[in-house]
Amino acid sequence: MKSIHTSFVDAVKDIHDGATIMVGGFGLVGIPENLIKALLETGVKDLTIISNNCGVDDWGLGLLLQNKQVKKMISSYVGENKEFERQVLSGELEVELVPQGSLSEKIRAGGAGIPGFYTPAGVGTPIAEGKETKVFNGKEYLLEEGLVADFSLVRAAKGDKMGNLIYNKTAQNFNPMIATAGKVTIAEVEELYEIGELPPDQIHTPSVYVQRLIVGKQEKRIERLTVSE
Amino acid sequence: MNNRERIARRAEKEVQDGFFVNLGIGMPTLVANYISDNKQVVLQSENGLLGIGPYPTKDSVDPDLINAGKETVTAIKGASYFSSAESFAMIRGGHIDLAILGAMEVAENGDLANWMIPGKMIKGMGGAMDLVHGAQRVVIIMDHVNRKGEPKILKKCSLPLTGKNVVNRIITDRAVIDVTEEGLKLVEVMEGFTVEDIQNSTEPELIIAEGLK
Repeated sequence: MKSIHTSFVDAVKDIHDGATIMVGGFGLVGIPENLIKALLETGVKDLTIISNNCGVDDWGLGLLLQNKQVKKMISSYVGENKEFERQVLSGELEVELVPQGSLSEKIRAGGAGIPGFYTPAGVGTPIAEGKETKVFNGKEYLLEEGLVADFSLVRAAKGDKMGNLIYNKTAQNFNPMIATAGKVTIAEVEELYEIGELPPDQIHTPSVYVQRLIVGKQEKRIERLTVSE
Repeated sequence: MNNRERIARRAEKEVQDGFFVNLGIGMPTLVANYISDNKQVVLQSENGLLGIGPYPTKDSVDPDLINAGKETVTAIKGASYFSSAESFAMIRGGHIDLAILGAMEVAENGDLANWMIPGKMIKGMGGAMDLVHGAQRVVIIMDHVNRKGEPKILKKCSLPLTGKNVVNRIITDRAVIDVTEEGLKLVEVMEGFTVEDIQNSTEPELIIAEGLK
């Protein structure tokens, strides 16, 4: 059976200095809010974080940046964060930018035991520097390598005590791949169900990928509230 | 009508009935406002939604439902949600008919630069590098010249590329230009401009389509 935690700090306390972690979410949607805040409390340092974005100045992964806990970010878009900009320009923070489709596929591949794959994204751009290329049917492709992590932090709308997960709407985003690519995957769920209560044919992340579960209440902050008249 | 609206309205004509379309962040997103009710079009959002609907009313905002620009949106009837890997499989695999994107520079061979200005802060390319290779057709919408009045359509891009040889058509506030094997072909001139105006504000030599003068 999976370990079901009641303390977020307990759930992340073995994430060690220098660890590589993957964190689900797109913008602030689908981020494991409480697991991120718990890392702020444990004070773990020199993290390499693989996540599509890096939060905003005062929320999400931006909190770990503010607290200088991040050594390197691997992301596709980091444009909403002034502290990020300051740390990169001052050399405190290393950043590796990866095209979003390549990033999601690198994580998928890592979790699926595939060490590398070819993609056209980035050919002829700065992203291609130092990367092997190969021509298939007259078109050039780049070799991108799979990514894995020591720990993966994901958020799901529903989980059961086996570790099966179901995501809500666009809060799914990077979470399913990230769940597969961590040696230890910790899932923050909005609601936890008994085994057998979730319909097996609706599961997004099968239980085998998830090692720890914890229920949390999220703020679900909105980055760009846009409404019709 | 301002320039952005004029460009967005012209770009709408690129969207055909039955198309699956990805609209980039910023001006391209505006194109959605002008899509004719007579066309059945499905908008894809690379964060994992096929079937973007209008912005929600104040009372129906769902924090778990956003577009790639991180704006709150709704989903149309018949929409689907999926992971980012699935989303880019859909894009990279050629299942999206059209991508409409913005640009800083476009070169005469179809090279596109729209993600980075060296020396300034780098925000990241997001999904642009994947989209330009995956979508069946890539249409760029942008102002014809930059704020200094200099051409943005160049013989060679000066900025780091998003993709090489990826653009099919450029729509600006002044003209519509196709990227062809022979070079850039001027196919439409917007009201208030002449063929000569367009050539004067475009670095490469243009092939002029028959019937334009």
